[in-house]
Amino acid sequence: MPEKYHIATKPVPPRRPRIGKYGIVDWREDCARCHNCVKKACVYDRHRDEIKYIRNLDSVDSLFFDCMGCFSCVQDCTKNLLCLSINPEYEKLGNSYWTPEIIQTTWAQAETAKIPVSGAGYGGKFSGYGFDSMWTDMSEIVRPTRDGIHGREYISSAVDIGHNSSFLVLNGDEVVSPLSPILSIPMPLVIDRIPDKYALPKLDAIIVETAVKTGLIALVDARKWPLTDVDADKYLPHIAFYFASDAAMLPEEILKKTRLAEIEDDRNVKSHIRELKKIHPGIVVAVRVELTAGGIQRAIDLADEDVEVIHIAADSNGQEIGSEHPMFIKDMIRKVHRSLIENGRRDDVTIIAGGGIALPEHMAKGVLCGADLVSIELPLLVGLECHLCHQCGDSHTCPAKIQEISLSYGVGRMTNLISAWHDQLIELMGAMGMRDARRLRGDVGRAMFFEQLEEEAFGRLFGNRLQA
Amino acid sequence: MADFLEIDCKLEDIIPEKTLKTRTPQFKQTRTIRPAPPRYRNEISKYIILRNEERCIKCGQCVEMCPQGVHIKSPGYKYFAQPKSHLCFGPVCEKKGCYCITACPQGALRIQENPMMKSLGDYRWPAEMILATWKMAENGECPSEDYGYEFETGNSDGGFDRIRFKFPDRPPIELKEEEIDTSIELNRRHDGRARIRIDVPWYGGGMSFGSVSNTTQLSKARAAVAWNTFSCTGEGGFMERMRPYDDHMITQVATGLFGVREETIQRVPIVEFKYAQGAKPGLGGHLLGDKNTQAVAKMRETVIGISLFSPFPFHSVYSIEDHMKHIDWIKHINRRALISTKVSTPNDVDMVAVGSYSAGTHIIHLDGGYGGTGAAPDIAKKNIAMPIEYAIPRVHNFLVAEGARDQVTLVASGGIRNPYDVAKAIALGADGVVIGTMEMVALGCVRCNRCSTGRGCPRGIATTDKVLAAKIDLEWGAQRLINTYNAWRNEIVSILRRLGVRSVSELRGRSDLLMHLDYTNAVVEHEA
Repeated sequence: MPEKYHIATKPVPPRRPRIGKYGIVDWREDCARCHNCVKKACVYDRHRDEIKYIRNLDSVDSLFFDCMGCFSCVQDCTKNLLCLSINPEYEKLGNSYWTPEIIQTTWAQAETAKIPVSGAGYGGKFSGYGFDSMWTDMSEIVRPTRDGIHGREYISSAVDIGHNSSFLVLNGDEVVSPLSPILSIPMPLVIDRIPDKYALPKLDAIIVETAVKTGLIALVDARKWPLTDVDADKYLPHIAFYFASDAAMLPEEILKKTRLAEIEDDRNVKSHIRELKKIHPGIVVAVRVELTAGGIQRAIDLADEDVEVIHIAADSNGQEIGSEHPMFIKDMIRKVHRSLIENGRRDDVTIIAGGGIALPEHMAKGVLCGADLVSIELPLLVGLECHLCHQCGDSHTCPAKIQEISLSYGVGRMTNLISAWHDQLIELMGAMGMRDARRLRGDVGRAMFFEQLEEEAFGRLFGNRLQA
Repeated sequence: MADFLEIDCKLEDIIPEKTLKTRTPQFKQTRTIRPAPPRYRNEISKYIILRNEERCIKCGQCVEMCPQGVHIKSPGYKYFAQPKSHLCFGPVCEKKGCYCITACPQGALRIQENPMMKSLGDYRWPAEMILATWKMAENGECPSEDYGYEFETGNSDGGFDRIRFKFPDRPPIELKEEEIDTSIELNRRHDGRARIRIDVPWYGGGMSFGSVSNTTQLSKARAAVAWNTFSCTGEGGFMERMRPYDDHMITQVATGLFGVREETIQRVPIVEFKYAQGAKPGLGGHLLGDKNTQAVAKMRETVIGISLFSPFPFHSVYSIEDHMKHIDWIKHINRRALISTKVSTPNDVDMVAVGSYSAGTHIIHLDGGYGGTGAAPDIAKKNIAMPIEYAIPRVHNFLVAEGARDQVTLVASGGIRNPYDVAKAIALGADGVVIGTMEMVALGCVRCNRCSTGRGCPRGIATTDKVLAAKIDLEWGAQRLINTYNAWRNEIVSILRRLGVRSVSELRGRSDLLMHLDYTNAVVEHEA
């Protein structure tokens, strides 16, 4: 049996006090000291363990925030003093896209590396914005050709980056057609650069080390090289340098140890690619296209110009950049993918999609919509207990104290998160009956879209859907 | 013994001798409604009443005025007891002339919405729907309008929550409640097997011993006996103590085959194949190690404390022909049993349903993507397979088009929370529904989602921990469910009466009686 992709993980507990969803509030100073809450009601012993929490002033609030929300103490309190409320700190996490639920589940996965499992059915909105308006399909009885039947250990999450030759020319046993460089990574994910407003110098080494541990590739701004405390021979195969238009070329001996590079999109794209390939013929070069108003068309045009990898990037909430009525990354991926198919260029180019990829299902859904792989950055930052509060300028105001983190903590948390994402991708692919992530790309037959389901189910019953 | 079992033949003719010998007298349970008050000291209420003790002169006017008995001052006591806020109607009392807040001569009373309403429940099961279900479980009736509970819909902004009935000002025909029939037939194949008819258009979904406690399973079984319907064993095997309920049990054959034996298949009138579950389609069952106690492990013939993940799919079924072999196998082992096939809702659910019909199933059970579970990966709950609201009309219409609709019973689950959801599902094309979460809520579930790990449900419902399970008394649990069933049935009768429809069967596929808040509702196509 070939070696399986496996990420070694171990729990990395949080450094900061946990922020739970709930808080138990004692709202009248009238306690009978009956200890009902302590002795009987709380099956999790939260009240009984009060003294443990009080010993550490930093985490004294955790007593309340570790509450599981079962209402048992509230309903058994002799004097009806207790109230279960939503923790205001919890509600302040993130923003309208990066919801508190997303932040909290990311923290949990970065801590444990486990797939979040819970009881009771789904309690959220029926459908929603962006990736929440689609479902993945699954395989029931009548698909004898499905390929997930042998079990999850046979599912490959690997994808290729680069130009795939559509055919080979052979002379006897010898391949005579030119072969483009191509590289494989073990899951459809690359680590993007952390946006400047969140960036801290020490994060670069952590991200690169995480890429090595997970077998992935991290994008690093070429202007930052050399990174401190980094073993070049070990790390360069997992680094893809990003060359801004004004960035100087790196020395040949550095560049030749990398497998992928990314360049900023400008008028000189072709000459930049030629320059890189001249130094290192085996390198795969991606062009980063910001998804502004003309972004989709630009990506399509670049494919026509034989660019082998295009990295389309929306803003961090997955929205078209600078638009009054922005499209979402899901829809932009679909447009690019469909256009490339119509132009007969889809298999010539690798599409990396970034921006708004916040949960593992977004990775799978992004690929289903037509990307070959996705890029992430903020989830890794959130994994370090970041609140996405945007107060990074002054380290004193950072509630996660990210400037104080150690390498082992940062790498451990990021590795755990990527491992949990990988396991969840396998869950989804197993349910879909898919054995190869390469085949997931653009397979909308394994996806269901809100608009389509509504039309099919309700259009004939209720007429036309009203515009929002 | 249920009458339907002996319609066409005697039990001794169709049950093997060994199995017949083990048959025990069947439990009798009436459907009498009795109060089943909340089991916690402080019931969660929509409103809370606050009394300023310094201002209050203990005149007792509030006690006399409140028809609900919210305020309590026992004879001989100087101070008031804690108000029974969960009985309070709130500001609606102002219109009725019994508003204690304005009537208090000292202005000592204050009312406010309970801040806990925000922390109880979720979008699909909002706090008011949970409180209303608790009222039904307590009294056997839907809560009075005065409570102002909006329990007919949740806040999910889609599916059933955006669909409404188009109630006419006056029904086209005036019907008395006793003229309305809520029963449904489960065998429409006329294949010589029992013509089972249940009195209410639902039966209890599969919940294994392991996912829920013994007491919870028995409570469900007793409610099923009382209302002449069914409960299901789930995947965890058929407990010995369930024998007195054999005639109202469905035994489940799922991919893990836990506790499945010829003898357990022969004992019951319905056998259910579980191909997939709505909460985790394509993934197989999950029982995490903490809940695999000695008793559970013994039942499932596994090792204590090991997490149990059922395979997916049945590795002996990769086609409808294989499915037919499975059905034939069960039909051969139990010559009286009806076969139910439980599937989730992929894109080709209509093809699956027709295929299953052609394979010989009597009941097609669709479990939608938002269905309940004792444990499932969060990524699966939200993202795999379609919600049941889409699947029902799709399957119904396809069965109609294939000419098979009247030979098979279509039941739906995965998000059926209240009697309105039942009626909407039927109007969209189902014959009936399967319920699960509602029963848990009736027993006191607050949807804290903690049933999966550790000792399990802190409320004592979905747990195998003996101490936690002891929080529920069997008599009380059964009565809560019997009461809730009664409230649901009454509400469904009321819906049918307002629509002028004589029976649940007549409601099937009457989507012309529905409207969707997000649509023009200008085109209405009636698929009978």
